[in-house]
Amino acid sequence: MINKICQGIEDAVAGIEDGAVILVGGFGNAGEPIALLNALAARKPRELTIVSNNAGSGDEGIGQLILGGCVKKFICSFPRVTGADAFDKMYEEGLLELELTPQGTLAERIRAAGAGIPGFYTRTSVDTPLAEGKEVREFAGLDYVLEEAIYGDVALVKAAVGDRWGNLTYTMSSRNFNPVMAMGAKITIAQVGEIVDLGGIEPEQVITPSIFVDKVVEVEA
Amino acid sequence: MVEALNRNQVAWRVANDIDEGAFVNLGVGMPLNVLNYVPEGREIIFHSENGVLGMKPLEEGAEPNLDLINAGKQPISMLPGGAFFHHSDSFAMVRGGHIDVCVLGAYEVGQNGDLANWRLPNTKSAPAVGGAMDLAYGARQVYIMCDHNGRDGAPKIVKQCTLPLTGAKCVTKVFTDIAVIERADDGMVVREMAEGLEFEELQERTGAELRLANDWKTLTAPDIAPPEKRAR
Repeated sequence: MINKICQGIEDAVAGIEDGAVILVGGFGNAGEPIALLNALAARKPRELTIVSNNAGSGDEGIGQLILGGCVKKFICSFPRVTGADAFDKMYEEGLLELELTPQGTLAERIRAAGAGIPGFYTRTSVDTPLAEGKEVREFAGLDYVLEEAIYGDVALVKAAVGDRWGNLTYTMSSRNFNPVMAMGAKITIAQVGEIVDLGGIEPEQVITPSIFVDKVVEVEA
Repeated sequence: MVEALNRNQVAWRVANDIDEGAFVNLGVGMPLNVLNYVPEGREIIFHSENGVLGMKPLEEGAEPNLDLINAGKQPISMLPGGAFFHHSDSFAMVRGGHIDVCVLGAYEVGQNGDLANWRLPNTKSAPAVGGAMDLAYGARQVYIMCDHNGRDGAPKIVKQCTLPLTGAKCVTKVFTDIAVIERADDGMVVREMAEGLEFEELQERTGAELRLANDWKTLTAPDIAPPEKRAR
């Protein structure tokens, strides 16, 4: 019997190694897998690369990883948000690396990793500082920038409902980056508000199909 | 005296420039306010980069839902017919040319349509770009909403941008407190000017070279109170 359900949050994040590239779902606090991130921070990993739209806020979730000295590098589109004090302070002290990526390029680089596409060309960032050092190629008279896929070791996502196969659904705009992150990593771990029996999610309603998910843990919403 | 619009009136003016049926993305900051001034009876579908089509302002007194937010992380509400989707789909809409109009803020707009709106010089803080670069090239029309002159009086519409670009030759129309200016093949054309403003004065307050359209109109808006100053 296939059973991806973990009994505790510690089991869910066990085995994540120092230096791992971690894809984290969420946009601001909506859809941020706070419980998984806090459990990961408690393991005191080192030298992590965090790939996420924002760089956390407050002292929970990504903020807790930063405060715990667990993060070496961020790849994100908008690190500065209200309450991103942990990030701001360490960045200004030169203790965090930042690879700034336009938001659509960020999503596509992760989707590309999940779809077996090592790189792609996009108009976004042409003639801007974020295209510096990257290959530019002309298609039909317009310039495009080559961007490379971001392969995650682990993805941490938050969903509303999951089952033992790993099918997931989300609540409103908390879906955001979560299904994308789930595609782009070797291991995807989902915290869900509710676990239902197989069939409890109608096939038409499945947003992230089980093939992209490895572990599911129930976390009280 | 020049009767400049306040920022809410500029938002009203932008909203009135958008056609029925358009798919529209609003940038963080001033542009998000356009949502509050959609003309009665006009159906416009607003896109939010975080995976929303069909958003509307949160009703007064309604309980905000932390899972239902706009690009500025503020609570919103949904129109019947709205949809949620993930980030790859959201930016396929942007980058694939499906968005009719985006409305962005600006530090500088160049005479050739260049846009700079993500990075100020001499700052220690981390750079942040969000979805601005995707929108600059992806949206069919790039509307800019900004004060005509900064606090120091410096023009925002300049001969050539000096700040790092968001996108090159991408701006199609600029809405300020004193003018509506369109980018045409042969330069910047003034479509509307505030009451009491002479073209010579507008040109003096602008870095880029302007041309006054033959059929220019007076820039007016209904009485709307300016936005309340927020504590920072």
